[in-house]
Amino acid sequence: MAVNFCFYEQIVGYQGEGNLGMDSNILLKDHQSETRLFLSRLIIAAFFVLVLMVLLVGRLIQLQVIDYQRFSELSQGNRLRIEPLPPTRGLVFDRNGVLLAENLPTWQLVMIPEEVEDLENTLVRLEALGLTNAAEHQEIVDLVRSRRDFERVQLRNLSEADASRFAVRRHQFPGVDIQEGLIRHYPFGAIGAHTIGYVGSISPEDLQRIDRSNYAGTSQIGRSGIERSYEQSLHGEVGYRQQVVNAQGRILLDPAANRPESTTELSQNNLETKWPVPGDNLILGLDVKLQLVAQEAMAGFRGAAIAIEPKTGDVLTLVSVPSFDPNRFTAGLSRADFTILGSDPDDPLFNRAIAGTYPPGSTVKPFFGIAALKEKAIDPAHREMCPGFFSLPGDTHRYRDWKAGGHGPMDLHDALVQSCDVFFYQVALSLGIDRLGESLENFGFGSTTGLDVVGEGHGIVPSREWKKKNFSRREDQVWFPGETLITGIGQGFALVTPLQLAHASAVLGTRGKRFKPRLVIGSQKGVGGQSIWLEPEELAGPTNVESEHYQKIHQAMLGVTEETAGTGRNAMLGTPYRVAGKTGTAQVFSLAPGEEYDEESIDERLRDHALFIAFAPAEDPEIAVAVVVENGGGSGAAATVVRKILDAFLLGVDRVPRQP
Amino acid sequence: MFPGSRDIESSSGISLKPLGSSRLVIDPSLLLLTVVICCIGLVVLYSATNESNTLLVRQSVRFAVAFAAFLVASQVPPDALRLWTPWIFCLALGLLLLLMAMGSASQGANRWLDFGVFQFQPSELMKLAVPMAVAWFMSERRLPPTLGQLLVLLSIVLVPTLIIADQPDLGTAVLVLAAGALTIMLAGIGLRVLLGIVFAAAVSVPLLWNYMLPYQRSRVFTFFNPESDPLGAGYNIIQSKIALGSGGLFGKGWLNGTQAHLEFLPERSTDFIFAVMGEEFGLLGLLLLLILYLALVARGLYISYQAQDTFTRLLAGGLSLTFFFYVFVNAGMVCGLLPVVGVPLPLVSAGGTSMVTLMVGFGMLAAINGHRKLLAP
Repeated sequence: MAVNFCFYEQIVGYQGEGNLGMDSNILLKDHQSETRLFLSRLIIAAFFVLVLMVLLVGRLIQLQVIDYQRFSELSQGNRLRIEPLPPTRGLVFDRNGVLLAENLPTWQLVMIPEEVEDLENTLVRLEALGLTNAAEHQEIVDLVRSRRDFERVQLRNLSEADASRFAVRRHQFPGVDIQEGLIRHYPFGAIGAHTIGYVGSISPEDLQRIDRSNYAGTSQIGRSGIERSYEQSLHGEVGYRQQVVNAQGRILLDPAANRPESTTELSQNNLETKWPVPGDNLILGLDVKLQLVAQEAMAGFRGAAIAIEPKTGDVLTLVSVPSFDPNRFTAGLSRADFTILGSDPDDPLFNRAIAGTYPPGSTVKPFFGIAALKEKAIDPAHREMCPGFFSLPGDTHRYRDWKAGGHGPMDLHDALVQSCDVFFYQVALSLGIDRLGESLENFGFGSTTGLDVVGEGHGIVPSREWKKKNFSRREDQVWFPGETLITGIGQGFALVTPLQLAHASAVLGTRGKRFKPRLVIGSQKGVGGQSIWLEPEELAGPTNVESEHYQKIHQAMLGVTEETAGTGRNAMLGTPYRVAGKTGTAQVFSLAPGEEYDEESIDERLRDHALFIAFAPAEDPEIAVAVVVENGGGSGAAATVVRKILDAFLLGVDRVPRQP
Repeated sequence: MFPGSRDIESSSGISLKPLGSSRLVIDPSLLLLTVVICCIGLVVLYSATNESNTLLVRQSVRFAVAFAAFLVASQVPPDALRLWTPWIFCLALGLLLLLMAMGSASQGANRWLDFGVFQFQPSELMKLAVPMAVAWFMSERRLPPTLGQLLVLLSIVLVPTLIIADQPDLGTAVLVLAAGALTIMLAGIGLRVLLGIVFAAAVSVPLLWNYMLPYQRSRVFTFFNPESDPLGAGYNIIQSKIALGSGGLFGKGWLNGTQAHLEFLPERSTDFIFAVMGEEFGLLGLLLLLILYLALVARGLYISYQAQDTFTRLLAGGLSLTFFFYVFVNAGMVCGLLPVVGVPLPLVSAGGTSMVTLMVGFGMLAAINGHRKLLAP
């Protein structure tokens, strides 16, 4: 309180002198104690100021007087420049050691911003020569500005012709130079492009998040697929060398040239060199021969094909069509090209196999069959009449079967073989949406499978909860019994990725043993170095499913490809191995009641998606496959692709088993 | 050391009008010292920019603007300043929050508000607003602050600091933190509280570490061993030590610094200009500059000692110590005593905004001295 008085005293004092002297004794005392306190703090502060100043001067004396000789030599005798030595990017091999991503020598156009007199003018003249792209003008300016002083900025890779064109005009471009470098190359081009991914130029945004010194001298960074997700392993560690240069920056002494014996060394000139550590080589589970077959089989379609080794989770092939040539990116795809590629309605850059989500259609039926057996919702021997439609009790709406006249009396086995919808409407109704959803989640639907590259889609396993969360209008948030029915045949809200389908088929094939899907199965330190193999990672499989349940479903899926009435028979005729499969067609749009689906008359993009899942040989599966052909019409289009993949993998003459 | 005008006038008798209310307030010693330092700065800058006349002119224009700001700020009576303080602080905080909202919308670090004609960095305003707010909060309260008041003071300092660190602008955040903390220190916190804060800081270091961006972490790493990263943050320190060390006692002479002129030294016209000066003018040149800085700080502390109420005392003391902190952090960074944080050398480094802030701060010091009221003799 007294402090307040003290404060007012000053105000009063400001207004008139009258009452100043009267009671100021007590007040002034407080005032004085505060002044004393403040003064003591001020003295302490001044003391610290002096101490720090002495410390600073001491340091300066140390640097400028005591160590003067050393620093003077460093600055006058030796004019040191530190040159980064970028690491060589790791290679990527397929499971049989076939090279999928390599580094080729190339010419690079580089800029040393400090030596450039007029950046704008220089760029404009480079553009006039066709050496840089006018569309990337601003991007290059940003990049140059965001780089550190005296760091070489790679502008782009040059073709032989461009390099020689520049070489003769080099003297016109101070601060711009060409240097040898390595460019990423993908020998198979569009084959497996979505899996391997591609590298692209480091952007100013990248510089914000990466360890800049580790990328000194590096111009490219992984942009998608393996290249992106394994960037850290592939990149390696940067090295550097000290060079002696003259006042013009010309290198006088470069001790590091041609002496890669030790990682760090000091030459007799006290010049230090630290050699870069190359990135790790990666070995993929991918079989490039199978990939070739699969991609060829998918040619002309939009869609995805993916094959998994059920006992390890290794992804054997991953096709997303249409594809693209990743080599266009490494050569410095111009922004215009990129826009064209990005705005293609078929979206070739999109990885349909892991990120595309589709209604699963009838391919979900085996999983609901498992659930129905496990929950004892149906008696396997009991036959249900299929009249070609199904109505909910007390409702006249007819939920139709794909077969207009109906299948007749059906048990679980026949219903799977012939893909009877009415039977599975019944199954869905007796299981209820909660248990339907749970049975899908048990096989990995509705969440990412954990594949080791970014960009996997979740898909949707519909539930009451899901509907409440994803619809804003009250009346839309209610779950309707009809929605349970159509979920039972894989229509409605349910969405799955081809990867999830293949993964779930593999789990079905191994009778519940579930392995996390993976692309990379091993790595290698340096070429010819010791390979390190990664252990497959087992996940928790479906619970409470008995072996005989799997047995029943396997039998039915064999029936799909072997029995006369089987929906997948045509494509699998005469295989020397036994295939357990399931067809699926997924509606892209709904027909009005009473309307007939006529493939010829409707727009190609509204045609049904064709799906097929399979594992083979059925007794002891070595491969599980899922194929989705967008707007493929009937499931036959997908089944044909599956057949080609299975033949290539199981019958291929030069098939090499995976190491250890 | 630098007798202010008070001593002369107070000896002439009791005057109850605030000094200087009727005339222009000019503090000759502050003015002289800042002008001399700025001129030295221009000389060094000319060399650091490879004798660029354009940049020299640009920097001179900035000086002119900054000195105008200094003179204007000198005329504002501290009482008015005290009344405005909460509004200024709230304005600065509001702008920071606005920037944060805009930054998250554009998904990028942004420190600038663009008003078309000129750009404005709200964090600069905070460098002044934080010590002002601390002084304002204690101005009507008893010194030293109680524990509860201390918590309020800490939040006045920490909230803007964290927002600025989030921008991310570690350098300015450190300066704002220092400005607030030094002012609180002057308010007189007890030893036990001080130890408590030190303890809390020690605990929060791991938290802060998690919060730091990779480039900030790498700065801390390289601080302890700059040679470990000669391509990255360590490069600056290695080159600036060579520049300083090779300058020796007398320097290589103006325009003769090889480190700077062969462009080995990065950021030589901004954060590392101290090294350019050390290379060309040697230890003696640096000592002269440091003595001038010290004189400015001494003058500020003297004004704070002479000030009559809590607000002006704390503000004057806080501003002076913060100024010293700027100098020490920059010089310490350049000679490898402190980690590399982006702090310019006050009044010498190229760059306009921080100079205006500094000169407004000196203007406030001049105003505090020039508008003093006389109490009983």
